[in-house]
Amino acid sequence: MELLVASAVGILTAAGVYLILRRRSFPVILGLSLLTYAVNVFLFATGRLVTGAPPILNKYEEVAYTDPLPQALVLTAIVISFGMTAVVVMIALGAYLSSRDDGTAMPVEADGAEEDA
Amino acid sequence: MSLFLIAALPFIGAVFPALLIRAGRNAAASAAGLTTLLAFIGLMLHIPAVFRGETVFAAVDWLPALGLNAHFFLDGLGFLFAAMILGIGLLIILYARYYLSREDPMGQFYSYLLLFQGAMVGIVLSDNILLLLVFWELTSLSSFLLIGYWKHLPEGRQGARMALTVTGSGGLAMIAGMLMLGHIAGSYDLSVILQNKEAIQSSDLYLPALILILLGAFTKSAQFPFHFWLPHAMAAPTPVSAYLHSATMVKAGLFLMARLWPVLAGTPEWFYIVATTGLVTMLVGAVIALFKDDLKALLAFSTVSHLGLITMLLGFGTKIAAVAAVFHIINHATFKAALFMTAGIVDHEAGTRDIKRLGGLRHLMPITFTIGTVAALSMAGIPPLNGFLSKEMMLEETAHTIWNGSHLIVPALATLAALFSAAYSFRFIVHVFLGQKRDDYPGHPHDPNTGMWIGPAFLVVLVVLIGLASAKLAGPMVATAAGAVIGGGELPYYSLKLWHGLTPALYMSIAATIGGLSLLALHKPLQRAWNAMPRPEAKTIFEALIGAFTRLSQFVTEGLHNGVLTRYAAIMVTFTVAISYFAYRGGTLGVETRQMQEPGALPVVGWFALVVATLFIVAKHRNRLLSLVLIGVVGLVVSMSFNYLSAPDLALTQISVEVVTIILLLLALNFMPKETPVETPALTRLRDGAIAAVSGLGAGGLIYALLMRDFAFPTISDFHLANSYKGGGGTNVVNVILVDFRGYDTFGEIIVLGIAAMVIFALTEAVLGSKVRAFLLNRKPDLPQAGDAHPLMMVVATRVMMPLALMVAAYIFFRGHNLPGGGFIAGLVAAIAIIMQYMASGFAWATERQRYPYHAIIGSGVLIAAATGMGAWFNGKPFLTSDFGYLHWPPLEEFEWATAALFDLGVFLAVVGAVLLALESLSRFAWQPGISSEHAMDINPARDAAAKAGTEG
Repeated sequence: MELLVASAVGILTAAGVYLILRRRSFPVILGLSLLTYAVNVFLFATGRLVTGAPPILNKYEEVAYTDPLPQALVLTAIVISFGMTAVVVMIALGAYLSSRDDGTAMPVEADGAEEDA
Repeated sequence: MSLFLIAALPFIGAVFPALLIRAGRNAAASAAGLTTLLAFIGLMLHIPAVFRGETVFAAVDWLPALGLNAHFFLDGLGFLFAAMILGIGLLIILYARYYLSREDPMGQFYSYLLLFQGAMVGIVLSDNILLLLVFWELTSLSSFLLIGYWKHLPEGRQGARMALTVTGSGGLAMIAGMLMLGHIAGSYDLSVILQNKEAIQSSDLYLPALILILLGAFTKSAQFPFHFWLPHAMAAPTPVSAYLHSATMVKAGLFLMARLWPVLAGTPEWFYIVATTGLVTMLVGAVIALFKDDLKALLAFSTVSHLGLITMLLGFGTKIAAVAAVFHIINHATFKAALFMTAGIVDHEAGTRDIKRLGGLRHLMPITFTIGTVAALSMAGIPPLNGFLSKEMMLEETAHTIWNGSHLIVPALATLAALFSAAYSFRFIVHVFLGQKRDDYPGHPHDPNTGMWIGPAFLVVLVVLIGLASAKLAGPMVATAAGAVIGGGELPYYSLKLWHGLTPALYMSIAATIGGLSLLALHKPLQRAWNAMPRPEAKTIFEALIGAFTRLSQFVTEGLHNGVLTRYAAIMVTFTVAISYFAYRGGTLGVETRQMQEPGALPVVGWFALVVATLFIVAKHRNRLLSLVLIGVVGLVVSMSFNYLSAPDLALTQISVEVVTIILLLLALNFMPKETPVETPALTRLRDGAIAAVSGLGAGGLIYALLMRDFAFPTISDFHLANSYKGGGGTNVVNVILVDFRGYDTFGEIIVLGIAAMVIFALTEAVLGSKVRAFLLNRKPDLPQAGDAHPLMMVVATRVMMPLALMVAAYIFFRGHNLPGGGFIAGLVAAIAIIMQYMASGFAWATERQRYPYHAIIGSGVLIAAATGMGAWFNGKPFLTSDFGYLHWPPLEEFEWATAALFDLGVFLAVVGAVLLALESLSRFAWQPGISSEHAMDINPARDAAAKAGTEG
């Protein structure tokens, strides 16, 4: 199981990084999303993998619980990353609509005026 | 008056001139003058204590752990400098009132001047060297503003920039030196450092610290080879030159050397670096000054020369030389400030300060002539003026100094410098005031009004009085300040008097005066020879250097930061991988302590789905719609695995976020190209693939290593598990952490989420307000449109679903404290329920039924959360401390109620508002005229029937 999770994190990271290195905004957004999955799973997994032991306290008997702290951190991370994705999407959309170009590189322009002495 | 107040007064006062300038220039000047006077009087109140040899302290600990404390102290040396700064400051404020013309923004001038004054007072009163450094940098900045005060003059701007560059970089070096010094002494307080002479001088860090600190002092005090900025700073208005460049800022370097004299001086390193630099500076400055035609340039180089003299005296490292240095600091401040002001008067009235165009002013400006002549004679070292006394002491000291085995070299060079000094002082008198009256002055020279000459006149009176009655007038001050410089102990025997008998110094002095007179007689041919001589032009060298630095940094910046996002990302990822690898190589990896768990069939299937979907996204990312579908698959598998791995809350959150994200991306994709073109060459893709593979390997390897080992340190999670029910009143530990243990984080996070939604809203407004709107209005959809945009089945289904979905949201919300759920998830579910209405029934229909603006919902969420947190204050607890209790309302079962639930309500509202505001903003792009119908459904048989009935009926 650990190997499955670790390899999934690795593959998601690799795919995310590869897409972030593309030159158009949409693949970069996809890449960011994949990277977000990778990071969230990574953080979650730092609590180690446990099945069938959710951190819901059982009042009636002593049972084992998984680590709740990474879960709380990742929960807010998921919501925040939605906010981040939304902002990035908005910026990409605004940039595309304004310039009719969804490239991520700055357009090459002629050198500006010389600065004053 | 407290030392805090003395240091703070100029800063406080800096506000007033800028404000009061509306009430007139006199108001601005009086405000500046009054605050300075107040600080000056406050300082004078300390006279009894200081002259008893006591040290006045004022201390507030700020960051004691870092050694950064607001400690001030006042001893003789600090008193001397503070008195000079504030006293001459007063004269300058008066002088500037009449010097500046109507066009100059005077309020600004006085504000800058007071800022500078405050920074200087701060330097001389600081006990903590870190605090001293802060004030030190402040003087560099405020002097930049003052030198560049005439912004319209290119010389002013260039001079200010040069001064800032030179003194600023020196200041940086000094920071390093001071930190080393503090490190050796084990304290950043001067009063402690000054007690640690042996420790400091025997340390290996002594030499580096010494050199770095001296770099700061030498640049500030314009010592060779950093002297070149001072003449260029003369582009400043004359009051600034008189203040900064005679009495205060350039003396800051000397002050520092004098302050640290007890611990740094006395070693051969100190002697050879400081005394030699001072000697060279004294000579070079004096020689150049003789050949300058600009009055202020002459005075600037003469200042350089005199600063060199004082530096040299401090460099000798003997106590008697330190006394002479202190005495000359006083004398130089009096005659040089007077001379600068005289030069300013001449410039102001005669219209030029070019010596070649002046002469014969004696008859036209008798008062100015008198002031200038007495001050210049003192600078030349003519008895019975004060300049003679300290120069005599200096020459006496050089006669006893052995430099590298030679008895002669120091006295000979010092006499030569004194000779040139006398020559340029005589030139100042003869070529400006004496000689024939001319009729081609650019202005109409006459004596200025009293306000302008009273300041220099006062200083000249001091020059004469100190000269005639030095032991009475200056004696106590010199003794107190010199006592502080040498750091306690007995002062050596000295006497401040005019006649010491036939000493070597007297012969040297006579030689210098006679030589000076003969140099002046030979000035014309000498000037020709000087002009014909090739000399390095400091400004050209400086500018070439700066140009080289600029090109270098441009080269580096453009190489790294060229506007191609891909490159930044590649550099960042590669660098991150590289340092991780470096850390991996440097560290040790413990043995595996955990067993690998056998996966069941389900995880393997999930893994397979995830990997295939991910690989397909990479392979097919050019088809954007397809990759969106595939990313949905990935998200689904991730949520499922959260659920499988005992994280039901995460699974619920992930799956609802997934829905919202995909809708968001679909909305955006609607306006963007549906295909990504092939642009990158295969080689680049290969390179990117390699970077990606390595980073994936790194991330995967790291988490695998982590998963196979137990916690290295005891986890804090046990605390949360143990206290969740007892302290937070909930059994869902994750939710209790969110709304209780880590409530502060959550509070911050909902604010961030709200800000993100606002940013999206603002961007939408901006884009829709631009010319993009026309494009959007006329745009033709690039994909075939559905014939029925709002199908009946979907509309009906979502209407039925709405109350159900909201019910689910409420259920999830309420059970959240004890079972998986909570405000975040409930908020997402509720948002999805509302988005469904938008999708099914159309934007216009849904907006019409939307009663509360989403901004307000976000705001109310944050406010509710904040109010809940503040509620704890009324309970006498810190912000966000939660409380809970159990209620029993028959016939209901007993239930638990926590204030955290109220906080969770804030979270819920903020999430709902933020998600909906983001999506609503995006969908506003799609609006086109005619798109909205007043009906929820495009095709409605009932409506058709009614219409038919209407026409028939």
